[in-house]
Amino acid sequence: MRVVVVGAGIVGAAVARELAGAGVTVTVLDRAASAGGTSAAGEGNLLVSDKGPGPELVLAQRSLTLWQSLRDELPDFPSVEYEAKGGLVVATTTAGAAGLRRFAESQRGAGVLAEEVDPHDLEPDLTRDYTAAFHYPQDAQVQPAIATEALLAAARRRGAEVRQGVEVLGPISLHGRLAGVRTSAGDLHADHVVVAAGPWSGEVSSRLGVMLPVRPRRGTILVTTRMPQRIRHKVYDADYVGAVGSDDAALQTSSVVESTASGTVLIGSSRERRGFDGRIEARVLSALAAKAMVLFPFLADVAVMRAYGGFRPYVPDHLPVIGPDPRLAGLWHATGHEGAGIVLSAATAELLADLLLGRETHVPSSPFAVERPTLASHLASSV
Amino acid sequence: MPEVLIIGAGPAGLAAATAARRAGARVVVLDAAEDVGGQYWRHLPQQRPAGREEVLHHGWERFTGLRRELTGVEIVTGAQVWLAERHDGRPPTVHILVGPADGADRVRRVFDPGALVLATGAYERTLPFPGWDLPGVFTAGAAQALAKSERVAVGRRVLVAGAGPFLLPVASSLIRTGARVVGVLEAGGWSRLGRAWTARPTELLSASHKAGELAGYARDLVRHRVPYRVATGVIAAHGHDRVEEVTVARLDAQWAPVPGTSRRVAVDAVCVGHGFVPRSELAVAAGCQTGPDGTVVVDADCRSSVPGVFAAGEITGIGGADLALAEGTIAGTVAAGAAPTSAQRRDVLVYQRFATRLSDGHGIRPGWAEWLADDTLICRCEEVTAGELRDIAAATGSRGLRSLKLSTRAGLGVCQGRVCGRSVEELLDRTTGGLLDPGRTANRPLAGLVRLGELARTQGDPS
Repeated sequence: MRVVVVGAGIVGAAVARELAGAGVTVTVLDRAASAGGTSAAGEGNLLVSDKGPGPELVLAQRSLTLWQSLRDELPDFPSVEYEAKGGLVVATTTAGAAGLRRFAESQRGAGVLAEEVDPHDLEPDLTRDYTAAFHYPQDAQVQPAIATEALLAAARRRGAEVRQGVEVLGPISLHGRLAGVRTSAGDLHADHVVVAAGPWSGEVSSRLGVMLPVRPRRGTILVTTRMPQRIRHKVYDADYVGAVGSDDAALQTSSVVESTASGTVLIGSSRERRGFDGRIEARVLSALAAKAMVLFPFLADVAVMRAYGGFRPYVPDHLPVIGPDPRLAGLWHATGHEGAGIVLSAATAELLADLLLGRETHVPSSPFAVERPTLASHLASSV
Repeated sequence: MPEVLIIGAGPAGLAAATAARRAGARVVVLDAAEDVGGQYWRHLPQQRPAGREEVLHHGWERFTGLRRELTGVEIVTGAQVWLAERHDGRPPTVHILVGPADGADRVRRVFDPGALVLATGAYERTLPFPGWDLPGVFTAGAAQALAKSERVAVGRRVLVAGAGPFLLPVASSLIRTGARVVGVLEAGGWSRLGRAWTARPTELLSASHKAGELAGYARDLVRHRVPYRVATGVIAAHGHDRVEEVTVARLDAQWAPVPGTSRRVAVDAVCVGHGFVPRSELAVAAGCQTGPDGTVVVDADCRSSVPGVFAAGEITGIGGADLALAEGTIAGTVAAGAAPTSAQRRDVLVYQRFATRLSDGHGIRPGWAEWLADDTLICRCEEVTAGELRDIAAATGSRGLRSLKLSTRAGLGVCQGRVCGRSVEELLDRTTGGLLDPGRTANRPLAGLVRLGELARTQGDPS
């Protein structure tokens, strides 16, 4: 069986590795270089703490299990900087505290470890002005660009071919089904085509003949200069949970603060819907800085040396799209992971491979199906 | 709100400021340093002025003349531009912090100029070589800056090496501050230098004071019996706590060391410079189109691709102070809505030809990678070696500079690739068989370090 995977980000890389491991002949295409889009523009979150009960949490929990074995798969490779550091979610208002307690209670019912703590036992430099704090020991972190390259290297070792700088131009159709792709480097025949192009998945899908409502949701991150480690967990304010699930197009910021293996501190995260507009704006940077200082007042004197932005692949009902496209036989999707693609890549790849190879799935697939009810109106309205 | 905002107060910026002022515009000039003049006219602080600055400065009278003409121009020194916010079809919003970089209370200001002149100059480029991180190894520009602004020579027995005519004033300054210069080594060979400097000799006559300036430096070398060697370079530095010796070798036409030609030279300091890189991050942030060499693309009026944004001086192509002055005059005049004279336009053409000779004769050739060892540091901030760059590029198979910077950490340190960026990019381009996202090196949305507390402070209204 031959499969073309479009997109050499973390989802495409994980899918290629999984399929190649099952003996499939895999070719990964990317119009640019590997790990050059959304996968290189985030913090590398492996989180369950920001997800309420539901299918995305189930996918994340399965993913965390898979990441445990993935992280050590490539001994001769630069470290993916996997760190089971745990998350600390902090509320700073009375209403926020009540909301956070309710949210954590619902998560515990779904198997998430969440414990109300005195946060200064975990983070001595945290603000004294907090109203509630929960520790999530399952949260972890990787360096996302290296993790993507590691998965691609693993796919290559299993026989996959990775072709960078090759752009998909259109479909090769045969008897009403997709039989490959026309590319900037010639035709490529395949039994199945998997679109894993992140926020550009809508564009790739339309070139292949179907409409998929994947859109970019802008995010910006600040990076400080190196400093002795004073932040040990992934620390974020309770507003983050609300912002992740929000439909608001206007700028939203919530604070996510953490140290990296290299000694820098990453400060996120902003969410804006404004297309593929990559401008860095002072008002966004100001808002990020102000919110980070609410959590860690000492950051006021720390210097920022870099700001970068990226685009999360966003679907109207906030769930990834994983599985076959009923409108075009041979076309598959693995996209729409919004800000959770790094963690979800592992179980997404497993689920897609299970479906494609006719195996029993480890998690229910219907919530992620293209034909799910919550996506139907968006598909119909724009075909 | 200023009609014309000028970033950079070196030769190009000062010429632009005076020209725009003469044309009747309201002008504001920003510079990060404590005084105007830029790198070229770097001088002792005003609190302890030198008796005869002109001894170490060419065109000092031109500088004092320009400085006198700045009456009525608002000069903001100690101004760190940290963000240029791009807009469609008009100049960016310019955000600055004013005050000592280590001070706690820098003042935040915001400009929405009618026209913007970018005169941000250049970073110097020094190619890495084994031992270049030893104390006693200086960039040519650092040695020159110490001589000009502190009257201090970097050593007693000094070798000057690299490429380009800038090595000559550096050697001259070292001599005048009391060092013994044991040699000046130029990587370019006679055949390339000869072609570059002897073609169309009548052109050089029109830039005769430029040629005369170089001849003056050459006289300094002769008077002090300083040997000048071409097709030669420093390929390694040695020493325990600091540099004690350097290895010198002949270089072929591509700058690869010629086997069997290396010898050791005892020194207590070595000054190395291989040219300059346009300091174009603000231009990139503003949305200006840049060429493959990182220079800002401009037309004959110094207009960039963004309406209302002009560029002058080294960021449009490395050409020296005279070209910067000529371009600055054009940029300032046009930015203020006036028309340059034909004589002013002719000046630009004359010095542009001079700049072409510079890059023809002295431009960096790819053979330099041959003198690297596996353990030679390429990125000094993050301590990434040439061997690590090659190994990680091979392990990942990535052809993306963005991904490779993240997986090697090269260029991610506090200098943000200002020192190593070009070298990292050239090495990776060669190792990967061609990067798919070249030219990212000048993509630094944050143009300087900003404390979070400064960022968080409420934005002022545009002034």
